[in-house]
Amino acid sequence: MSNQDANTTPRHNATISLNLRIWRQERGSARGEFVGYEVNDIPVDASFLEMLDILNEQLNNKGEDSIAFESDCREGICGTCSLVIDGLPHGPGQCTTCQLMIRDFKDGATITVEPFSTGVFNVVKDLTVDRSGLDRVIQSGGYVTVHSGPKPEPNSIPVEHAVVEDALDASACIGCGACVAACPNGSASLFTSAKIGHLALLPQGQPERNTRVVNMVEKMDEEGFGSCRNYAECQASCPKGISIKYIGRMNSDYIKATISGGDRRGEMQAN
Amino acid sequence: MITLDAKIPGGPIEDKWHNHLENAKLVGPRNRPSYDVIVVGTGLAGASAASSLAAQGYNVHVFIFHDTPRRAHSIAAQGGINACKNYREDGDSTYRLFYDTQKGGDFRSREANVYRLAQNSTAIIDQCVAQGVPFAREYGGMLANRSFGGVLVERTFYCRGQTGQQLLLGAYQALEKEIHQGKVKLYPKSEMLDLVKVDGRARGIVYRNMVDGSIHSIAGEAVVLATGGYGAVYYNSTNAVNSNTTAIWRAHRRGAAFANPSFVQIHPTCIPVSGDHQSKLTLMSESLRNDGRVWVPRKKGDKRSPGDIPDAERYYYLEERYPTFGNLVPRDVASRAAKVVCDEGLGAGSTGYSVYLDFRDAIAEKGQNVISEKYGNLFDMYEEITGESPYQNPFRIYPAVHYCMGGLWVDYNLQTTIPGLYAIGEANFSDHGANRLGASSLMQCLADGYFILPQTIGDGLQPLYRDKVGTDHPEFAKIEGEVRDRINRVMSVKGDSTPLSIHKRLGKVIWDNCGMSRNESGLQGALRDVEALQEEFTTNVNIAGKSEDINQALERGLRLMDFLEIGHLMCRDALVRDESCGCHFREEHQSEDGEVLRNDDEFGHVSVWEYEGEGKEETRHQEKLDYEVLQPATRSYK
Repeated sequence: MSNQDANTTPRHNATISLNLRIWRQERGSARGEFVGYEVNDIPVDASFLEMLDILNEQLNNKGEDSIAFESDCREGICGTCSLVIDGLPHGPGQCTTCQLMIRDFKDGATITVEPFSTGVFNVVKDLTVDRSGLDRVIQSGGYVTVHSGPKPEPNSIPVEHAVVEDALDASACIGCGACVAACPNGSASLFTSAKIGHLALLPQGQPERNTRVVNMVEKMDEEGFGSCRNYAECQASCPKGISIKYIGRMNSDYIKATISGGDRRGEMQAN
Repeated sequence: MITLDAKIPGGPIEDKWHNHLENAKLVGPRNRPSYDVIVVGTGLAGASAASSLAAQGYNVHVFIFHDTPRRAHSIAAQGGINACKNYREDGDSTYRLFYDTQKGGDFRSREANVYRLAQNSTAIIDQCVAQGVPFAREYGGMLANRSFGGVLVERTFYCRGQTGQQLLLGAYQALEKEIHQGKVKLYPKSEMLDLVKVDGRARGIVYRNMVDGSIHSIAGEAVVLATGGYGAVYYNSTNAVNSNTTAIWRAHRRGAAFANPSFVQIHPTCIPVSGDHQSKLTLMSESLRNDGRVWVPRKKGDKRSPGDIPDAERYYYLEERYPTFGNLVPRDVASRAAKVVCDEGLGAGSTGYSVYLDFRDAIAEKGQNVISEKYGNLFDMYEEITGESPYQNPFRIYPAVHYCMGGLWVDYNLQTTIPGLYAIGEANFSDHGANRLGASSLMQCLADGYFILPQTIGDGLQPLYRDKVGTDHPEFAKIEGEVRDRINRVMSVKGDSTPLSIHKRLGKVIWDNCGMSRNESGLQGALRDVEALQEEFTTNVNIAGKSEDINQALERGLRLMDFLEIGHLMCRDALVRDESCGCHFREEHQSEDGEVLRNDDEFGHVSVWEYEGEGKEETRHQEKLDYEVLQPATRSYK
């Protein structure tokens, strides 16, 4: 297991020290504050979260409560990790927090670490927040209504290569909520439009296209997410590079769906 | 004493599944809402099962330790999903997929289950396309395929390098729809810590609310475990950092037999370990072996930069040793071959524990833009982690723990040895024998969840219509009390070792002795080492903070308790299985050229372990494997 890195430039064995200002908050209702920590001898090949693991080990050894932060896959795909680092959701660079490497930071730097806190994502403890509002937006219509069972042969409905690639660009969303955390308005438009855009591009998404966009947009408002004011901070902070063009398409679809009036008999509504 | 009845239906292999469905007892649509089904885990298996059962009308309760079902680790599967559509007209068929899977598993899986998996594979693609999963398409609009290890056909469907994500989002969306319609109740941040049995039947679970630390229980007529594998026992693996064995291990301790615990897949293409701080290993999809060529320098200690080593001095060891399958040999073969060349001193990198995966020729032949469209995200991911570009220099890769073929023993209905307790996906053992082929785990999870369990669960539920047990039954309070005691015990030790430090050492013991290559004395030493770590955990673990709060050190500690026990059982299983097969390479049993030597007469069975109580030796049972259709043969990829 100890197959140390090859291509041995000296930096691979180097370590650095960092001064961290970390948001500590015992629970949602408690007052929070920044607490300073100095972490030394961090290998430059460690990831940012591995540095926090090292810090938590030190705190645990001293009998202190460790810093609560979320992560799971640590390869940039599950969307669990959620830190604002020096004011940027997921920190510098277009990646998730778990993909940030210590080699991207300067020795001795002071780094501020906060949760993905917005008007809608409330702090649960320290650096963890409640993002369940995003799930409820999906629940309101982010799917194609099909049961499990025999289905038609997929090649009977050809789909253009470019259309699938476009749909995949949108459905690459990992639901991390960086777009919401980055938006001065706390809008979830990029998240919502990515799902709407994905399904609206595919033939399978057409039967529910109008009801989907109306229900999801209204749910987004109901959950308290702000509206889009074209700041485009969401796109800049999205670790999957999702374009705000999907927000434009969502708005266009929403207007079409509401002014056309459409015949909504037979629409499947909950309960 | 458990009895193992696999309940394999009669008839020829191609008719078994249909015969079984025709004879299964069913629960009618009007009665389904009166049954509560508990599903633990929302990866591909759990989410697909929960949404399918809810759509049928059952009352489904879903438990996850994540904040949302979309985080489950199936999301990280990259390369693709197999289905014998035979779109390429290259000779694929249900039988061919069955044959490849059975041979790939080195004839250690149950024929009837594997055949059923192949039969259901094509319907999965149809189902997922209907849900809006954007599978890659050719320019004419038809579904595209690629090839994976261990097969001679192109039957893998994919969405760039993020197939697991797209399939999981399909299942997650179906699940969210059922949540919206009130058929599924979701319990986020709720970790299952024990199983409750009443009169020998699974009747519910005890779980911990991970936000406030409170302990609760819930009752139902069936419990479905879809909690994945136990690969994180090795500490460093491609699993997520929170992946754990607690749900299946606690079920095992309550009487569910555990099958083939030592069968663990070591994936050949992962980014090598860079240091002690490392918390996880990142997989580079096996699909890279379609175009990349694996090699090491022919000369020991060749420190030249890979680009400066001429072809004649490169050892393309997979292509030379296995000319038929070349770079696309199965995972166990590719991993072991990498270990062999590195052990011989030919490996790349400063410590010599990595091999090159080189795209130089593919880029020259097809152009960088073609390679980039196919694998761009993987190239980028590699560069982000290592700081080196694989367009300029070859990838450096080394095998890492990836997948558990072993798991809870299940019968043909996917029911464990505890009536009412089911295990699906990676959590069970049934379909991959001693080695899983690439792109088959997504297939198995979705077959179990969309098509198999929803049609077999009714058979066991049907008699329970008027036989409900609630959480007011004294057994629930008793198990809740045991869980509280367990938590208080680990919190109160206040020794000197953190759970993380013990876990790292456990991982090293298991990796060194029960990894890619195993031998008797190593395994015996590992048993003693694991016992010492268990003792250290019991007497010297240190968990700070409170239990009535978010406490990630406590979560880790509780999971580690179970990893220590399963690690021990893995070593025992590997020790008793005195043969080599698939991933299980016992050094004592190898051919002259270093290939595995099976012993079908003595070990043509599933090893099935029964828990006998705290501190007692587990009992080993056998499920004899019947080879009706395919006679075991020496697996050759040469």
